[in-house]
Amino acid sequence: MTVESTAARKPRRSAGSKAGTTSTERTTRTTARKSAEPELVQLLTPEGKRVKNAKNAEYAKYVAGVTPEELRGLYRDMVLTRRFDAEATALQRQGELGLWASLLGQEAAQIGSGRALRDDDYVFPTYREHGVAWCRGVDPTNLLGMFRGVNNGGWDPNGNNFHLYTIVIGSQTLHATGYAMGVAKDGADSAVIAYFGDGASSQGDVAESFTFSAVYNAPVVFFCQNNQWAISEPTEKQTRVPLYQRAQGYGFPGVRVDGNDVLACLAVTRWALDRARDGEGPTLVEAYTYRMGAHTTSDDPTKYRADEEREAWEAKDPILRLRRHLEASNHTDEGFFAELEVESEALGRRVREAVRAMPDPDRFAIFENVYADGHALVDEERAQFAAYQASFVTESDSGFAAGSGGN
Amino acid sequence: MAETVTSKNLALAKAINESLRRALETDPKVLIMGEDVGKLGGVFRVTDGLQKDFGESRVIDTPLAESGIVGTAIGLALRGYRPVVEIQFDGFVFPAYDQIVTQLAKMHARSLGKVKLPVVVRIPYGGGIGAVEHHSESPEALFAHVSGLKIVSPSNASDAYWMMQQAIQSDDPVIFFEPKRRYWDKGEVNPEAIPGPLHKARVVREGTDLTLVAYGPMVKLCQEVAAAAAEEGKNLEVLDLRSVSPMDFDAIQASVEKTRRLVVVHEAPVFFGSGAEIAARITERCFYHLEAPVLRVGGYHAPYPPARLEEEYLPGLDRVLDAVDRALAY
Repeated sequence: MTVESTAARKPRRSAGSKAGTTSTERTTRTTARKSAEPELVQLLTPEGKRVKNAKNAEYAKYVAGVTPEELRGLYRDMVLTRRFDAEATALQRQGELGLWASLLGQEAAQIGSGRALRDDDYVFPTYREHGVAWCRGVDPTNLLGMFRGVNNGGWDPNGNNFHLYTIVIGSQTLHATGYAMGVAKDGADSAVIAYFGDGASSQGDVAESFTFSAVYNAPVVFFCQNNQWAISEPTEKQTRVPLYQRAQGYGFPGVRVDGNDVLACLAVTRWALDRARDGEGPTLVEAYTYRMGAHTTSDDPTKYRADEEREAWEAKDPILRLRRHLEASNHTDEGFFAELEVESEALGRRVREAVRAMPDPDRFAIFENVYADGHALVDEERAQFAAYQASFVTESDSGFAAGSGGN
Repeated sequence: MAETVTSKNLALAKAINESLRRALETDPKVLIMGEDVGKLGGVFRVTDGLQKDFGESRVIDTPLAESGIVGTAIGLALRGYRPVVEIQFDGFVFPAYDQIVTQLAKMHARSLGKVKLPVVVRIPYGGGIGAVEHHSESPEALFAHVSGLKIVSPSNASDAYWMMQQAIQSDDPVIFFEPKRRYWDKGEVNPEAIPGPLHKARVVREGTDLTLVAYGPMVKLCQEVAAAAAEEGKNLEVLDLRSVSPMDFDAIQASVEKTRRLVVVHEAPVFFGSGAEIAARITERCFYHLEAPVLRVGGYHAPYPPARLEEEYLPGLDRVLDAVDRALAY
């Protein structure tokens, strides 16, 4: 574990992030953030070159045997996830979705960690883990129901061991911990992974999940995607120490990985999952990455962050760097990219058509599954609702001319 | 537990203890969780001896973190366990309120029925024991307002035993409010008996002149009120609701159609309390039967007072009798 030096944090402290900062001040802060960027576990540079150093040696062995085919698979996952995400953003702009939380920029963190999982592992996501869902085999169109407003979930969590998205920030880290406690009780060697963001790290539930998982030695990996911004609040508003260092106070290891490096994310997550399976308890992985888009489609990042910051991160684009690596290693030919482009467009089309074809739910769905064992009040209100609905006599029902019955 | 004994005289707390013991014996997926529930047996000793007999992996002492207790119980339930968690006192449930309301209550519906959360949240509640602040509150209405939760409260040892069995067996989350001031009241418990439905009210005392409705700690008071009123020649019916959500309005209606007068008694503040819901619904259902408005007796819209004032705050014999007189005067 590398402790970020105090000296490295100093510029960040002096840089202003108050409301109304000028663009010059913002630029200063961006520079400060960049200079404060700590050493990360990295296996692929932004230029696509493999890195070998003392810091990554422990993790590199977890991807030592990665084949060109697997690398192409990771690339494909990231491209298709980005394409899906772009389609969803477009669909929101077209009024087909009420809201969308884009993962743009976080593909490596999600695909790398998602591909490290075994089928019997269990995932507790936030509401932005579209790439992880993809890795779990959840059909991407199923993710869109809640954003379109036809349901509040949309998939069977046990179908792919991928829990429903959780909107309340950080709640799911406790569910993951409890689930992991159950895994340990069952004597299984599955692991559990909880996703959350830098903003969630301020939540009490996340702190409590650290406590519980440490006390019970639960086989859970806390995968924090530090995308630098919790809506408009920078990470500095959440913490005075690098997030991965939080783990130390709870008695388990924390590691910061280059979240834009899919290979490093894969390796570090495999390492953390192995620890969990071996009975060594929880791990905190901080994937240091960047949310290139808005928090959600309701957000306007131009109000709080500088263009230069995004541009700096675009140079570290996770997809671009793997492409450079694949090309430099002669792991692909032009056909690969062309075929993927076709597949990508087909996915976009399928998503578009699926969303538009998504029917509104039956109106009685309001009363469905409120309780497993039923509830007298729900039954009563369903009956009232039915009677009310039935009081509207339509033209086709009544056989009379419009206006002759009901209103 | 000795299977041959058909009936025992048990304190309410001990009845819950025996019920939890039975559940742990019957179903290996049942877990007990909470602060101090293990070696100490809970601050009220409700879980006394359970960890000794079932081990630390079944009866789990947790960190001091209520949201963590409920949140991890949700995770355990997702894994197939049936956790029974203890919140040490009523006023301490609020750090867990978010997990209960936004997660525990909603997950079954959000998953379109694919996920069940058979979690029981035990909360010793109510006043009358001379405690310091946050140890005497009655927050049941705050939970009853939330769909997805079931809210029950036993008033006697037998109900405590059987309702706990039923709550644990329920596939829905159940908030189990235990009337802490009645923990030491003894009653007959028959572990062989076949219980009635969990959410059905019970007529505790038949009467003709007025119906007193209560649950949990106030049932005993209402029985005392009815006895006192009987000395004045008034014949009151007492109904123990047993369940706050769902609520057995049919039973209240049946009683009110007979007595034509209704007084609701609970410890919680009257304003927006469960009595308000009862008054509104019974007015709708029994408008032409009622001879008097439905009256409510309960706590004031003020923080639960220091112990030396709680007798002023809590419904007592005279305050309920006064309401009875007012209702009968119409």
